[in-house]
Amino acid sequence: MSNFISLWQAAITFGTVILFGALGEILTEKSGNLNLCTPGIMYLGGIAALAGAFFYENGNPSPNPVVGVLVALLCCVIASALGGLLFSFLTITLRANQNVTGLTLTILGSGVANFFGGSMNKLAGGVGQISVATTSAAFRATTGLSGLGTVGKLLFSYGFLTYAAIVLAVVLSLFLNRTRKGLNLRAVGESPATADATGINVTLYKYLATCVGAAVTGLGGAFYVMNYIKGTWANDGTIEGLGWLALALVIFASWKTLNALWGSYLFGILYWLYFYIGGLTRYSQELFKMLPYVVTILVLVITSMRKKKENLGPAALGLSYFREER
Amino acid sequence: MIGLAQTPVVQMKGITKRFGHVVANSQVDLTVYQGEILSLLGENGSGKTTLMNMLSGIYFPDEGQIFVGGREVTIASPKDAFDLHIGMIHQHFKLVDVFTAVENIALGLEGKLVLDKREVAARVKEICDKYGFDVDPNQKVYSMSVSQKQTLEIVKVLYRGADILILDEPTAVLTPQETDKLFAVLRNMKADGKSVIIITHKLHEVMSVSDRVAVLRKGEYIGDVPTAETSPQELTNMMVGRQVSLNIDRPAPKDPKPRLEVRGLNITDSAGVRILKDVSFTANSGEILGIAGISGCGQKELLEAIAGLQSVDKGSSILYLDPATGAQEQIIGQNPKKIRDMGIALSFVPEDRLGMGLVGDMNIPANMMLKTYGEGHGLLVNRKAPRDLAEEVVEQLEVVTPDVFTPVRKLSGGNVQKILVGRELASHPSVLMTAYAVRGLDINTSYAIYDLLNQQKAQGCAVIYVGEDLDVLLELCDRILVLCSGEVNGILDGPSATKEQVGLLMTNLQKGGADHG
Repeated sequence: MSNFISLWQAAITFGTVILFGALGEILTEKSGNLNLCTPGIMYLGGIAALAGAFFYENGNPSPNPVVGVLVALLCCVIASALGGLLFSFLTITLRANQNVTGLTLTILGSGVANFFGGSMNKLAGGVGQISVATTSAAFRATTGLSGLGTVGKLLFSYGFLTYAAIVLAVVLSLFLNRTRKGLNLRAVGESPATADATGINVTLYKYLATCVGAAVTGLGGAFYVMNYIKGTWANDGTIEGLGWLALALVIFASWKTLNALWGSYLFGILYWLYFYIGGLTRYSQELFKMLPYVVTILVLVITSMRKKKENLGPAALGLSYFREER
Repeated sequence: MIGLAQTPVVQMKGITKRFGHVVANSQVDLTVYQGEILSLLGENGSGKTTLMNMLSGIYFPDEGQIFVGGREVTIASPKDAFDLHIGMIHQHFKLVDVFTAVENIALGLEGKLVLDKREVAARVKEICDKYGFDVDPNQKVYSMSVSQKQTLEIVKVLYRGADILILDEPTAVLTPQETDKLFAVLRNMKADGKSVIIITHKLHEVMSVSDRVAVLRKGEYIGDVPTAETSPQELTNMMVGRQVSLNIDRPAPKDPKPRLEVRGLNITDSAGVRILKDVSFTANSGEILGIAGISGCGQKELLEAIAGLQSVDKGSSILYLDPATGAQEQIIGQNPKKIRDMGIALSFVPEDRLGMGLVGDMNIPANMMLKTYGEGHGLLVNRKAPRDLAEEVVEQLEVVTPDVFTPVRKLSGGNVQKILVGRELASHPSVLMTAYAVRGLDINTSYAIYDLLNQQKAQGCAVIYVGEDLDVLLELCDRILVLCSGEVNGILDGPSATKEQVGLLMTNLQKGGADHG
């Protein structure tokens, strides 16, 4: 039982990182922008949150946890939205190829983050020396409900961002499927010419969806830094791997945020399963870590066999829109 | 009513629009009155669609004024046009495939944060009842027929409160029955005081539906006439600018001999649906065999099966009878290259010109080369011969293009079709198949294509002509095969067949299979 609880907890924490990534990416892709720099944006969000908290805590002898959290979140959202803005400018205004731009920005994001991560380590006195203990603890703080035995451990033992992600998944689902603005946004991603002809400002929708989507994705990076590795920095590329997994989750969820919600936890279970199966060597562990990707491929095979249009991505995904093109 | 009909709702004055150095509209004046159906007539490239796009906010005029309801207005976006109660139904539908009818209608409209689909559906039903439409509010667009999509577009525009409707070639993709239904709806709207502008180049439709005809030629306004006081001949002369004969030649077939024998052709698609059922017919040399049928009843698959592009069920047979040797060759199971290697000069002008026929981003010589790249022996392709052919086609078929090295995508539909037909004819075909060869082409180009087909017929080629305009089929073809739900529903003699006969065979499957009369 305790094994199951700890697998469950690891899965939820893992899942929340990629859930943020996937939610942001779904919002972005619904506007027809295929932003492949999810890993880069998560890097930016992560390092910005860490830097904000680091400089706040270093500059204050007795840092306030609430202020620390707010500073970290604000820095994260601004940095990742700027990443989204750069992507938007290149692909929407300058009509650069989205795939190439996304991959390039991933490299940029990881470079920027690892550069500043390294610099801060140096400031802090050496590798692994960064500490934002107060802020990180506030991110991971739980309520009294976590003491309620097994139920408390399963449901209430996580930091507030975990629940924020769940709420966000539900809110985004309602927004996309029930509201007029959500309908307009989906139309922009399906057929920008149609949206344009009905008077929808295609450029504005694409910019907003991409920047807000990037901010959400960036929260995944902040959650990783603050909750997953508890307020430190490691130049080991784990964020990048999680970013790609978030992209896979978008496809797995067939662009539906509620599917992404349970899918992210399923990915978490599949990813950590190796840890709880006895007798695995280092090498066979790696095979188990492949499971989320294998599942994604299976989902792709199944959805393309069923040929149901609703389960495919937005029809104009990855395409630039020119009004004058005939 | 006369007083009502004389109230101008839209006046365009001195409208000029240029694209680069091309003048699309030059000093056009156009008036639309309340409660009338106005036909806007003109050849391809005469600037009809451009003019209407300026009224619907897609383009912005370089010069000129637009008055709506007597007030000068600026229409800078589709939204401005909606606000002035102007709505346009484009030739290429602007609908989101995965959305339902209601979602498409509500798109882009202001209103409460949460979309109440039931409320929209109720208003849609009101509009449908008023004008005689039939729309299922919860049907997804991808499962709709072309005619249903068009109906949805019209409802969408009416829902936005349009009093002035612009329809860009609405009948191009409709069957005769669907066209009649559309015209009935347009007359209902007219009776309701709405103004309708219909862009078309089909003269018989102009005559049957409109009150007044305005003619454009090469971007200039030629004039307007009440429909009751004019004739197709007069309109054609206005449109083309000179005397044009509206008769299509049909020389008697010379020495027809079986060239292609199709026997028991069955095609089942991957979902298990029978596309063609037991199709049998013979195409003779020196004659034009017309194929009629409502869209999607197997014409495409039939032609592609003959061209070696479509897999067919076991037991089907398509025999080619070689005129020189008398040998019989089975085409089933071959691909286009093998068919060519067998010495069969089979030419195919497909429906999808820029998808299957030509490569849009390549220039004219490169497109000519697509059929001949395998000739010659060296490692390098011969570039001179295709270039000569390209220049020959451009000159003989009067293709309008800056030069032969322009990507064909940039040319107008008629010129693209001329290049495709020119290439296919250059190989001196013994069988020539064309699918909707004149779709979207103006009268001049259409007649040029009919002449080319007749030339091929005179040279002993077996021509198969899949068409949608029944008048043309009846005037051009020696025999007409009518397909209905993938079956041969009858083969009629061209000179004696009537439009009613063909129309009936297109829609009503005869019991007990085909009557080969």
